[in-house]
Amino acid sequence: MTTLTDPPKASFRLSMLIYDTRYRSLTIQAVAMLGFMLLAAWLLNNTLTNLATLGKPIDLGFLGEPASYDINQRLLDYNSRDTHLRASFIGLINTLVVAVLGCITATIVGVLVGVLRLSKNWLVARIMTVYVEMFRNVPVLLWIVLAMAILIESLPAPRAFRGDNPEATMKVFDSVAITNRGVYVPEPLFSNSLGSIHLFGDSSLRFDVSLDLMAILVVLIASIFAVRKVTSRAAHIQETTGVRPKTWHVNLAILFVPMIALLAVLGFHLGYPELKGFNFTGGTHMRNSLIALWLALSLYTAAFIAEIVRGGILAISHGQTEAANALGLRPGKTMRLVILPQALRVIIPPMISNYLNLTKNSSLAIAVGYMDITGTLGGITMNQTGRELECVLMLMGCYLLISLSISMVMNWYNARVALVER
Amino acid sequence: MSDQAFVRTEMLPEKEPPASTVGIVGWLRENLFSGWFNSILTVVALGFIYYVLSGLVPWVFQSVWNADSLNECREIMTETWGSTHGHACWGVVNERWLQLLYGFYPDHLYWRVNLALVLTLVALAPVLFAEQSPRQLWYLTAAYPFLMPWLLWGGSIWGPIMVAAGFAIGYLGYRILVPVAGGLVAIIAAFALPIIWWLFLAGGVAGAIDSVIPIGIEAVESRKFGGFMLAVLLGIVAIGCSLPIGIVLALGRQSDLFIVKTLCVGFIEFIRGVPLITLLFVASLLLNLFLPPGTNFDIILRVMIMMTLFAAAYMAEVIRGGLAALPKGQYEGADSLGLNYWQAQRLIIMPQALKISIPGIVSTFIGIFKDTTLVSIIGLFDVIGLSNAIRADTAWNGIYWELFAFIAFLFFIVCFSMSRYSMYLERKLHTGH
Amino acid sequence: MKKSVIFGALTVAGLAAGAAAAGTLDDVKARGKLNCGVTTGLVGFAAPDANGEWGGFDVGVCRAVAAAVLGDPKAVEFVPTTGKTRFTALASGEIDMLARNTTWTFSRDVDLKFTFVGVNYYDGQGFMVPKELGVSSAKELDGATVCIQTGTTTELNLADFFRSNNISYEPVPIETNAEAQQQYLAGACDVYTTDASGLAATRATFEDPSAHVLLPEIISKEPLGPLVRHGDDNWGDVVRWTLNALITAEELGVSSANIGEMSAGTNNPEVNRLLGSEGNLGEMLGLSADWAKNAIMASGNYGELFEKNIGENTPIGLARGLNAQWTDGGLIYSPPFR
Repeated sequence: MTTLTDPPKASFRLSMLIYDTRYRSLTIQAVAMLGFMLLAAWLLNNTLTNLATLGKPIDLGFLGEPASYDINQRLLDYNSRDTHLRASFIGLINTLVVAVLGCITATIVGVLVGVLRLSKNWLVARIMTVYVEMFRNVPVLLWIVLAMAILIESLPAPRAFRGDNPEATMKVFDSVAITNRGVYVPEPLFSNSLGSIHLFGDSSLRFDVSLDLMAILVVLIASIFAVRKVTSRAAHIQETTGVRPKTWHVNLAILFVPMIALLAVLGFHLGYPELKGFNFTGGTHMRNSLIALWLALSLYTAAFIAEIVRGGILAISHGQTEAANALGLRPGKTMRLVILPQALRVIIPPMISNYLNLTKNSSLAIAVGYMDITGTLGGITMNQTGRELECVLMLMGCYLLISLSISMVMNWYNARVALVER
Repeated sequence: MSDQAFVRTEMLPEKEPPASTVGIVGWLRENLFSGWFNSILTVVALGFIYYVLSGLVPWVFQSVWNADSLNECREIMTETWGSTHGHACWGVVNERWLQLLYGFYPDHLYWRVNLALVLTLVALAPVLFAEQSPRQLWYLTAAYPFLMPWLLWGGSIWGPIMVAAGFAIGYLGYRILVPVAGGLVAIIAAFALPIIWWLFLAGGVAGAIDSVIPIGIEAVESRKFGGFMLAVLLGIVAIGCSLPIGIVLALGRQSDLFIVKTLCVGFIEFIRGVPLITLLFVASLLLNLFLPPGTNFDIILRVMIMMTLFAAAYMAEVIRGGLAALPKGQYEGADSLGLNYWQAQRLIIMPQALKISIPGIVSTFIGIFKDTTLVSIIGLFDVIGLSNAIRADTAWNGIYWELFAFIAFLFFIVCFSMSRYSMYLERKLHTGH
Repeated sequence: MKKSVIFGALTVAGLAAGAAAAGTLDDVKARGKLNCGVTTGLVGFAAPDANGEWGGFDVGVCRAVAAAVLGDPKAVEFVPTTGKTRFTALASGEIDMLARNTTWTFSRDVDLKFTFVGVNYYDGQGFMVPKELGVSSAKELDGATVCIQTGTTTELNLADFFRSNNISYEPVPIETNAEAQQQYLAGACDVYTTDASGLAATRATFEDPSAHVLLPEIISKEPLGPLVRHGDDNWGDVVRWTLNALITAEELGVSSANIGEMSAGTNNPEVNRLLGSEGNLGEMLGLSADWAKNAIMASGNYGELFEKNIGENTPIGLARGLNAQWTDGGLIYSPPFR
């Protein structure tokens, strides 16, 4: 008879690092880590040696020197005497502007096209297919260049507005000028302005926050809050007494009276664009480079989003549509209330990567002369200072930061939507 | 009266359906004018189509094909139509289309590029149409990675053969050492021997054999590559080389080894987080800095390296998707058969995961292929770069739309057919479930 | 080339360290080819033709250097570079010299560590406006929209000019000349500014060149010339004196037409020294005695290069102006061959 005994307790031997599955993973990881560190050290060493030979040690001092070039499209104040760091910051803001605008437009257009591709109207469905295929199968760089060229060729130049019998006129009660240099719209002005807060003093990251805008925002939020309060009170009364008091006139008053009062106090008026000398002056000028880039990026990305949306809608079982029809919902409401909310779960993850792609593709802005961060930090600054290593690494860092933030926000949203799942 | 029957005893002959529901009219009503909203949409769409075509068609077809310069084009246009507006000058495409396709590749060697392309398609056949193609084609597929560079770059045939020999050496080393020194030593040797061979011996041996038996074709430097061919080549190299890297990265990302996983995730997210153009800046400005002093890769090789790394990150995600799509039972089945990790991957997991990923791989390829246009920004002469160079010719300075139209057309044809193929594949794969 | 290029690059990469220490001249001779950096395309200065052959004013300089060093004007590998990549390509040794309308500035010379060997074209930044605007001076451009080609010193000059004259403007940066041309013609900008030579070349391609004028102001000095790396004076000398040989040849009346008879020996000792029939100038440079003869025969002397590529008989139609010989009131001046 044999009895069951404990297996012999093996003492640790070196070969167990390789043959024993308990330790093997440690070995593999150690080797991987070592290899990675060796590789990194090797690259770093090479770089330092090469830089020493070139006589260009890593130095970020150039960021503090005057940039000496101008940037046309900018949200913050900047002139050619500001530093390279300031110019890069302006570029970064420009990248964010076009990325945000592009993502919003691409989503709207993409959803619309995706839905229309499934339209019962044969012609519309075909046109949408042609649109999607055209944009998906031609490089985005070409689309950006073409969008710019089309805007420039098809819109009137400012000089066409001149003369007694001009070839072109301003639109919307003479308040909007659409030219091939960009679109000029009336700008809000305040005659009793509250001024603005200057954040970060005089540094390169200085940031002006308009107090007027803040005041408007505060009043708006307060009004909305008050309206909700009133509505919930009305609901409460309805629950207790069964009679819902009329609230719409109160709500309207809460929404509009404080706002109008505030605007009156601030002396709100519109500044209209006007043709003076070579250009329109006054008003807000949205340059063609931004519009072209925005259009091209959003149309390009929208083509991909349309496919995702279409796939998402097709993934929802037909029974859902039939059930909605049975409830008597019209096709539009079926789509809006039943299909899209469910499709959203399938749609959002690939959507994130499309937003990321759009942001990354905005780096092609130099093709139309929109000064994003690739155009400033990775463009003129790099050309003028010759600091390639520093500039490219900083550039990559910026994009990495943006990308990671977008995926973080979108993943958070995705997690929220996914919770609805049953 | 009572025998009056209200029940019809014989069937009425079938009536024609109402004229408005069949034929062209019916189709129109059904598809274009069902309801006021659709009718409006249709009218708007028709107007839009007319607007686009009325501008485009005369421009494309009332055009000048035979002209040696823009000025000549303009003269012909003024003579024929009275104005230079609204007419294309295809003379530039007529004169430069070969250059736009092949770049500066010597024109008596165009056949090599064409042959390489045909070879690519044939070598891909066993992968893409696994059922219909004969087994022997796999040999060609295996030889392709060595044959294609040799055809394009030319030079002595011993170079590629010696590179291929490295793999044979690794395999032989493994086979010989397994019984002698055990599996681990054999695996290490299988990796180390080829590397030693490639780094230190292959060049010398190839040179020596070449001086005895010189077999070779005319060498072409990569600087001569350009035009559409460059885009295709970059796309193929990037996808081909990134496939193995992508598989490794995807497995690494799925592994439960913390450090390996972190490294893989870090690499993938880093590459996916930055735009390709910054990686191309690295290729053109920095890569030489990262390598030992004096190393000098030419720019096309550097771009290939960065494009490969770029594609690898995306490939890893595609393959990860394929791995995730496999039912868990496959993994468990492999475990229950007693297969170890690598055997399971090789025999069970990868063949299925890769098959599922093919549509994703094709769309990654299309993406990379389109992205190759960015190399024009760092001064390579791909189609867009060449179009700028052509405009710098005094004869064609000032020409704009025609070149872009031609380029867009080229890309559209290739990408469209690939995406159709990928859709076909997707449908085919779906039937399995 | 014995080994296939890709294979060589892959295997030798690790071993190539240290090989670059030898002088550039020896490298070029050993390679049998000159790697010359040029633009990716600039009308009249460098552009490939339908057969892939490069031609142009800057290209002529490359060919002359190749002819002087290797005796063959075709032994040049043209490396197209952009505004961004040009300096890195030169610094990393990817190219032996850069002949790419590059402005000689203090910081490029001192900070980026390059040696400008001379000037082959004296340029300056100018303005072009449509005649119908009725502008006669750049100072009247207050509020105008200005198209600029980016990546060069142009945008810096422009910012300085408008700032110092205290007038406002709206810059429209543009990547390539083709787009700039298109925007300018469509009226998306009032003014186009770049080097005066580029403006002239651009105007020449318009359907109606006479409807556009160049303003009299030249707001910057743009001495364009070939450059090499710091630290290899011998190679710098070769390029410098090849350029000077082309200039001197024009001054002395040596052209590609008469060089055959001239090289047999003339009464002018400087011509003889230049063409190698007297003295040993070539040997001092480490070149053959007929180096200058080869350089001049490659595509002619300085004047011939100018006339053939950008001169008044070409569509570009640039006058010599500042680029006339010093004897004709220009700035083109070569030190003596002695």
